[in-house]
Amino acid sequence: MNVPIIDVNIDLAHWPCRRLPHDDTASLVQNLRGHGVVEAWAGSFDGLLHKDLAAVNSRLAHECRTHTDVRLIPFGSINPVLPDWEEDLRRCVEQHHMPGIRLHPNYHGYKLDHPSFARILKLAAERHLLVSLAVMMEDERMMHPLLRVPPVNLDPLAALLTQTPGLRLILLNALGGLHGEALLTLLRSGEVYVEIAMLERVGAVANLLNQVPRERVLLGSHAPFFYFESALLKLKESALSTEQLKALQEENARRLIASRQ
Amino acid sequence: MEIWDVHSHLSGVLGRTPDERMVQLIKYADRMGISRLCVFMGMNWSFDPTPQDFRRQNDEALQALSHWHHRAFGFVYVNPKHVKESLAEIDRCIRDGPMVGIKLWVALRANNTELDPIIERAIELKAVVFQHTWIKITGNLPGESTPMDLAELAARHPRATIICGHAGGDWEQGIRAVRAQKHVAVDLGGGDPAAGVTEMAVRELGAERVIYGSDAGGRSFASQLAKVQGADISDEAKRLILGANLKRLLEPILKAKGVRL
Repeated sequence: MNVPIIDVNIDLAHWPCRRLPHDDTASLVQNLRGHGVVEAWAGSFDGLLHKDLAAVNSRLAHECRTHTDVRLIPFGSINPVLPDWEEDLRRCVEQHHMPGIRLHPNYHGYKLDHPSFARILKLAAERHLLVSLAVMMEDERMMHPLLRVPPVNLDPLAALLTQTPGLRLILLNALGGLHGEALLTLLRSGEVYVEIAMLERVGAVANLLNQVPRERVLLGSHAPFFYFESALLKLKESALSTEQLKALQEENARRLIASRQ
Repeated sequence: MEIWDVHSHLSGVLGRTPDERMVQLIKYADRMGISRLCVFMGMNWSFDPTPQDFRRQNDEALQALSHWHHRAFGFVYVNPKHVKESLAEIDRCIRDGPMVGIKLWVALRANNTELDPIIERAIELKAVVFQHTWIKITGNLPGESTPMDLAELAARHPRATIICGHAGGDWEQGIRAVRAQKHVAVDLGGGDPAAGVTEMAVRELGAERVIYGSDAGGRSFASQLAKVQGADISDEAKRLILGANLKRLLEPILKAKGVRL
């Protein structure tokens, strides 16, 4: 079945600790296109550690405009503990016309009970922005010794979701450690979506869809940090119906971003 | 391309019995085009198993294999802290049974001399030795081997056929650690599908020393196959990694046992 793919979890620029295959935009776009990806929602690796996020987001927007074989949708990085971060948010929306933002609470050094986190969720909801929150970027066991960043603790999130009506939140790289009742609680607490980049175990996508609403699951690859093929082969490994495949590969993401526009 | 998987388990798979779990593994292997699985350890693991415990686990693996000898091979799980009992178990499961390799996990670090008689017995029986390794910045278990530990062991046993499990976990160090030991191959299984692992392994070790493994059911076949299928390496290198290398390593013991492929 030849369903177009929307990948909601890619990054441009360079990973700080090693060069990756396809870590230049042209090469990544070519790789994604070869696998049937028509649209990809892109953050920037530069957004992890750079403090001049205005420049990071400008470059991200420029790269997304420049490479057109796949429709790249920029998600600007916002660090709500930097001075005047609201201006970064304003530029994402008004200058770069981004439909969403990317948050990295662990790399930016704040917990989810920080008042600025609640405020950015509120502002994002008011501006109808999609918020993608990266729970982790790499296996904690294998990090560079000078760059040890534990996964984001999601415990405060359910309460914040109920306090922020209208928020649409995508949890990236979450399903390695988030499952069972904790996952279901978050999905019930608000309009929360998950993607499959870090979902593991045999037949895992089908098992996930037995537990959570199909409408809340998106295809994310975490490329180029992960081989893109991982996400694609997970769909093959599970015996999914045509409707399930369409939903994950395209329809859920299409509906989500259309609701923003 | 023919695919043989060097690294799979009865854990992380649905099913109440070894037989039920084996059916699950085969079902997903079929979906991914994997023709042979190496299976080791039981349904419930222990870091430092007593002889009674590792015999129970091997019994479960033997039971799982009993209907699938045309699709799967077994590796006997032993504990070098119990050398006499481990040697007896190797005789029971390999010399007098259907298994073809030895699995060493995290009971005792691989550079300990207690492993020497086990490796010597493996050489006598032409059995493959699979040693779990990991370099964890978060801290290894007390008996958990690093690939550097395994390199020490390998240097003492140049005639042994040794596989470095998980390519050392932190593969950028693990590949370097075993590089000089030409009789050590690396298993790609068990870590995230981090892009670049296979390219580095092929570059530094040669494709002949790189073997596809999944670590299913804790991992998906999909994410681990992506490491090979998504790698920027030649088709010939992929053919070697996906099946031909493991077939070559197992050939002496399969021939000795009269197993025809």
